[in-house]
Amino acid sequence: MKKAIILISLTILGVYLIDIFTGIGFGTQHFASGVKDAYLIGSKETLRVSNVVTSIVVNFRGFDTLGEVTVLFLASMALGGILYKKRHDVGERSVLFPSTRIVMSGAKLLFPSIVLLGAYVFIHGHLSPGGGFQGGTIIATGFLLMLITYRNYSVSHNRLSWVESLAGVLFISLGLAGYFVHDSFLANVFPEGKLNDLFSGGVIGIIYVAVGFKVAAELTGIIYTILHEKD
Amino acid sequence: MIYLILTFILLLLMIGAAIYAIWQKDLLYAVIASGIISLLLSIMFVLLQAPDVALTEAAIGVALTTIIFIIAIRNTVRFEDEHDKKIKKEKQLKSAEQ
Amino acid sequence: MEKYLEILNYAIYGAAILLLLIGLYGALTKKSLIKIVLGLSIMDSGVHLLMISIGYLKNGTAPIFSPGHENELAKMVDPVPQALVLTAIVIGFGVTAVALALVIRLYKHHNTLRIDEIKNLKW
Repeated sequence: MKKAIILISLTILGVYLIDIFTGIGFGTQHFASGVKDAYLIGSKETLRVSNVVTSIVVNFRGFDTLGEVTVLFLASMALGGILYKKRHDVGERSVLFPSTRIVMSGAKLLFPSIVLLGAYVFIHGHLSPGGGFQGGTIIATGFLLMLITYRNYSVSHNRLSWVESLAGVLFISLGLAGYFVHDSFLANVFPEGKLNDLFSGGVIGIIYVAVGFKVAAELTGIIYTILHEKD
Repeated sequence: MIYLILTFILLLLMIGAAIYAIWQKDLLYAVIASGIISLLLSIMFVLLQAPDVALTEAAIGVALTTIIFIIAIRNTVRFEDEHDKKIKKEKQLKSAEQ
Repeated sequence: MEKYLEILNYAIYGAAILLLLIGLYGALTKKSLIKIVLGLSIMDSGVHLLMISIGYLKNGTAPIFSPGHENELAKMVDPVPQALVLTAIVIGFGVTAVALALVIRLYKHHNTLRIDEIKNLKW
């Protein structure tokens, strides 16, 4: 009975949504192209950044990104609060089967190259697909590999919070520098350079590197906290 | 033409994996199915010309989300109807005692 | 033939809406807390696919200027939904992590995952 009511109401919702979206149409220009054109031309002419998504995330909508990074920080703090334990309760992780020698050597071999790939992705975020969020997650994946392979591999929480705070301070101070020089938060204070150059886009590349470090530290902290929850 | 057929196959696989993930009683299998949804979704994003989003989805959806679900299952129970089994077992024990 | 291909174009919208509805169905009907979080994350994927496919242009290119092709602005797909979804994916991971931490705590406290057995908040 309950399931029947839910199915009927979901069907009504689905028909309603399909009706809306067939009205919109697929693969055609259906919004006024003013915003899109402004972002594309602004990214090419004034900011000199090849990847338009990067220029939207870091510059045109940079304040949103600051809020997003703050939300991630709050999530990792809430996780620590929910799974809080007293110091002497923290024991060694319970591992049923220790990893074999092949997995251990493979992880040790792969870990530096994964971190290098993450660094490449966020340094070249304004030239090619990628950026701080992607590179940060790739680095967190590398730490995850080491954490689930080695029984007593540990990450220093102190060091993680230092990296995170310094990256956040760098982000905010670059934004404030833009405010004092050009009267607008996150305005560009460095020379723009040439399109498709590594040192182009002025402040955008530096901010994306800061975002990369911050995201990597936060996600590694989340995984470390939830993995050390003992049963 | 070939892109259209590829898209259609990917979408069908995605919906099949979603139905499997909801229907399956073994939570570990369900979580792996949801990881497969994320993998197919990231291929779909490349076909829709969104390489940035595809990279994010491949790293977060496939690796990190799957692993935290698995850690949560390790800390709780693996089967969806564990409780029914427990009650059934207690009833059987009671009837055996009588 | 052309008409059928036209319908196939709308398959992406259909699949995205179906994913959303399947996730919502799972979140509404299932009793296990982990299944509910899983349903919400499937619903998330459906919304992301829907938003990206709104911004797609037929025969479009990715919104990245490559050397030698700097003047093809009209052919590029819309970058705004892509930036929004980029944000939404990362936030979605944070929300899932907090929800699972709550699930673990609830299991430690009540020793069950079934939502109809946890009666402290019922009235």
